Amino acid sequence: MSALLKVKIDGVEIEVAHGTTILQACEAVGAEIPRFCYHERLSVAGNCRMCLVAVAGIPKPVASCAVPVVADMEIDTKSADVQSMRKGVMEFLLINHPLDCPVCDQGGECDLQDQALGYGHEVSRFGDNKRAVEEKYMGPLVKTIMTRCIHCTRCVRFATEVAGVPEIGTIGRGEDMEITTYLEASLASELSGNVIDLCPVGALTAKPYAFMARPWELTKTETIDVMDAVGSNIRVDTRDGKVMRILPRNHDEINEEWLSDKSRFVFDGLHCQRLDTPYIRKNGKLQPTNWETVFTSMAVKIKAQQTKASKTGENNGANSKIAAIAGDLACAESMFALQGLMAQLASPHLDCRQDGAKLPSDMRSDYLFNTTIAGIEQADALLIIGANPRKEAAVLNARIRKRWLQGNFPIGLIGTDTDLTYPVTHLGNGLESLLDVIVGEHKFAKILQQARRPMLILGQTALTVPTVHSAALELARTMNMLQDDWNGFNILHNAAARVAGLDLNFLPAAGGRDVEGILQGCESGDIEIVFLLGADELAMQRLEKAFIIYIGSHGDAGAQAADIILPAAAYTEKSAIYVNTEGRVQMTQRALFPPGEAREDWKIFRALSAILGQPLPYDTLDGLRAAMFQQVPHFAQLDEISPAPHPTLSATSKAPTSKAPTAKAGQASHFKQAYDDFYLTTPIARASATMGACSRQSTQREIMQNQTEKGTGTDG
Amino acid sequence: MLKDNDRIFTNLYGFADAGLAAARTRGDWHETKSLLAKGRTHIIEEIKNSGLRGRGGAGFPTGLKWSFMPQESDGRPHYLIVNADESEPGTCKDRDILRHEPHKLLEGALLAGFAMGAHDCYIYIRGEFIREAEILQRAIDEAYGAGLLGKNACKSGWDYNIYLHRGAGAYICGEETALLESLEGKKGMPRLKPPFPANMGLYGCPSTVNNVETIAVAPSILRRGAAWFSALGRDGNTGTKIFCISGHVNRPCNVEEEMGVPLKELIEKHAGGVRGGWDNLLAVIPGGSSVPLIPKEICDTVLMDFDSLKNVESGLGTAAVIVMDKTTDIIRAIARIAYFYKHESCGQCTPCREGTGWMWRVLERMANGRADSQEIDLLLTVSKQVEGHTICALGDAAAWPVQGLIRHFRPVIEERLEQTRLKQTIRQEAAE
Repeated sequence: MSALLKVKIDGVEIEVAHGTTILQACEAVGAEIPRFCYHERLSVAGNCRMCLVAVAGIPKPVASCAVPVVADMEIDTKSADVQSMRKGVMEFLLINHPLDCPVCDQGGECDLQDQALGYGHEVSRFGDNKRAVEEKYMGPLVKTIMTRCIHCTRCVRFATEVAGVPEIGTIGRGEDMEITTYLEASLASELSGNVIDLCPVGALTAKPYAFMARPWELTKTETIDVMDAVGSNIRVDTRDGKVMRILPRNHDEINEEWLSDKSRFVFDGLHCQRLDTPYIRKNGKLQPTNWETVFTSMAVKIKAQQTKASKTGENNGANSKIAAIAGDLACAESMFALQGLMAQLASPHLDCRQDGAKLPSDMRSDYLFNTTIAGIEQADALLIIGANPRKEAAVLNARIRKRWLQGNFPIGLIGTDTDLTYPVTHLGNGLESLLDVIVGEHKFAKILQQARRPMLILGQTALTVPTVHSAALELARTMNMLQDDWNGFNILHNAAARVAGLDLNFLPAAGGRDVEGILQGCESGDIEIVFLLGADELAMQRLEKAFIIYIGSHGDAGAQAADIILPAAAYTEKSAIYVNTEGRVQMTQRALFPPGEAREDWKIFRALSAILGQPLPYDTLDGLRAAMFQQVPHFAQLDEISPAPHPTLSATSKAPTSKAPTAKAGQASHFKQAYDDFYLTTPIARASATMGACSRQSTQREIMQNQTEKGTGTDG
Repeated sequence: MLKDNDRIFTNLYGFADAGLAAARTRGDWHETKSLLAKGRTHIIEEIKNSGLRGRGGAGFPTGLKWSFMPQESDGRPHYLIVNADESEPGTCKDRDILRHEPHKLLEGALLAGFAMGAHDCYIYIRGEFIREAEILQRAIDEAYGAGLLGKNACKSGWDYNIYLHRGAGAYICGEETALLESLEGKKGMPRLKPPFPANMGLYGCPSTVNNVETIAVAPSILRRGAAWFSALGRDGNTGTKIFCISGHVNRPCNVEEEMGVPLKELIEKHAGGVRGGWDNLLAVIPGGSSVPLIPKEICDTVLMDFDSLKNVESGLGTAAVIVMDKTTDIIRAIARIAYFYKHESCGQCTPCREGTGWMWRVLERMANGRADSQEIDLLLTVSKQVEGHTICALGDAAAWPVQGLIRHFRPVIEERLEQTRLKQTIRQEAAE
């Protein structure tokens, strides 16, 4: 089967692999095949008929996207016949297309427009009235103008196959066929925005982008998304210093060409609730001020604390009263600089796990998604522990679904039983269920034992329960997940900052306090000054007694509780390193400048360190990076995953193998959901009106669903 | 003319009962076990030798089609699907088989299914055939009761089940792959080929879809021998065929005749002749609404079989002969057919979805005289742009009647357009 097939395309001979379609073979020799319905990542529909070619010996023209080549096929893509076929199909597509390009947002990047240039008739021969299609409502993200639809069904196939929510379909038939969503609601998917990219015409466009810009006016910056820990590759399109839209970039190893709705539509949050000037709390109220003032007052405060502490001998080590917590969107550079500052202040109290996850950092593979996202496709059994990949990493979830669609992929779930777009065997919720599987008491244990490449995904909420990490590691070992060429032990992160933080060892140093310790310290007065580097997901009332210095981009919970606010850059406004959940190092690029007085985070720490009299040993970003690469060499390898040795069970963290020790833990071991609301997980998302609208809608949907489940009163 | 003892459907008109007892007196289910005992290859060879071509319209050699099914199962079940979704305008042959000869169909389904290694057969019956479905279900129950179907069917050792599935009235569901989709519970939209149903059909398993008439004649062929069947008709167009004669004839009827019977003889002998005499004939659609019409000059001599009709740029189709005399407004008639195809297009692929509506609109205006004479050529181009460019044959079926009209009646269209134009000019002048 592996033998190559020889085919002739327009007289050019080429050898292609078995199973190649005519269209792929034609592309290989550079013969242009126009198409609308064909898409590499979706099933073949063959319905647009634009890709017709002539094949010697076959009387009828052949849809090249759907037909595999056979040996010695002679394919013709250029003859007058083929050209006229394409012209014919194009004419049919255009007779009922409104041709309203001047007011269409797809203009300039429209497949129909481009191909009409090549294959369209110069004048329309269709004299009758064009068809008009009634508008469909598809939620706050997707704007519909269904009259423009050419019925390629890409959106239908995407929703059914990739997103796993079969809620878009066709109704009616013949020329009255229409594309619509079920009950004209928005798609209940975290990936719904991708239908906009897939739509070859202007039928489905982005609602927030409607009438905002033309594609040729936009400055395009290729960068990385930080709304989750997947590290989706994105392109930020800006005009006049504003982000107009965010589009996915293709990266086969990460997001393929999909993007979650949060990553795509969060951009209006980049211009709302921004911290654009330093603030200082005076008489209980935050007042705008300038950098000089805040730096002086910070220096005064910190120096005063240190002098006081040195008198009592509490100025270093575990006694230090200064702490730092890094949030979910912090870049590696800012954490490195803050870490340097904390070292100079001789404080061991720093942590990057604001959700309280008990993640060890001594072995890199302890906290990485070791299988890698693309590696999911090689797995043959999966156990999800305390994670909801659909909400925490929507694009990664699509990969799991892709693997599931290929068949023979049993999936078990320990945690809250929700719809993950693929069927799962629910094994319970909590550490007890996990232990059941380890000792083989559960049916699913047998499936894992028999699998050749089993994997597990451990979520952050599960990690807040002590011993879950070591229990999962024990499971990985007993179920043969750690093989020479296979590592099935995976941590699913949901914060873009986390892996870099762990790589940097932004964790309590010897004698240091972790997040919980810091919070307790604040309550008891043992911690007096806290640096919050974009940390907003904390119980801020517990920090009340401490002096809070908030460094971040958005006015969220952290800024409200702060005594001093230092405005910083958001992820689109700086070149910064992020490491995704797989451990892949990626760098964002600056698409626009931070607003007002806001500065890049690392510069703030550098300036503060100078004012405190101990300047950090670098003056430029390059200098900082050089120092950082010394500490963490793999940060220099962009877009690579440095191989991490298999995690090992350290003697100190022996996994509990019987139920006895955890019985005491009782209900505390239940795994919670990571998010209540997918759309509002980061400060940027919470500042976004679009995300707010999505959130309202999904809440309403949930309420309605609950009501329906309870019965409507008309059900009998 | 077909001799009475060569007739296969001896109860085509329902003079006798359709039930099992009556069917047995007509020879149905006679020694079916011994036919089965001759083996799969024998059955397929006999059908091949008989020269039987599919009776659903396309005329594909049946024996060859059956031989495409895998010899050995790879673990997947094989399916026989009987296409009883007879919806082609003008066609009503399967309906009469279902009404009056259901046991011929069931016996044929057993033999055909056995020949292709299938244990299950689905009969997809048109939704509007309510009484017919009842009769067929009764016949199936009778056959089960008599041990002719079910476990160890006819004591042959072969298990065979027949399920009746009712459609919902879409013409496109008579297309074999759309039928499979519909049978699977999906929207009736044709599938791309390849893969062909013989490899990946119903539920992804090897399947063969056959017309009711094709299956129903199989037992008689096997019983009387391929030589008997192939002796009837002409070479390549053998056997008998049920013709459905409708339209402007004195006695519209279904009649079983030898393949290759002259059209004129068929109409004059069986249908009582054209209304007002043969010279009053305008045109005939010889094979159901989807084939191009033929004008009287051709009707005078043409023979009714696949190849003869193909030679005159038409087709035998389902052998539904629609006769139109000189009172017919031929443009309006074709416009009505175009409307039918516009209405029944599934909407999946572009040329058919957009083209059928376009053709209908132009024809509708032409019938009213409100078109430009240049639009005749436009219409012809549009029909050529649809023909052969679609996933299934509905595009062809929609294009051919239009092409037939322009091929043979172009002057009629031109005259109508000219007259309307003149009338308008006169009216305008009068107004001035």
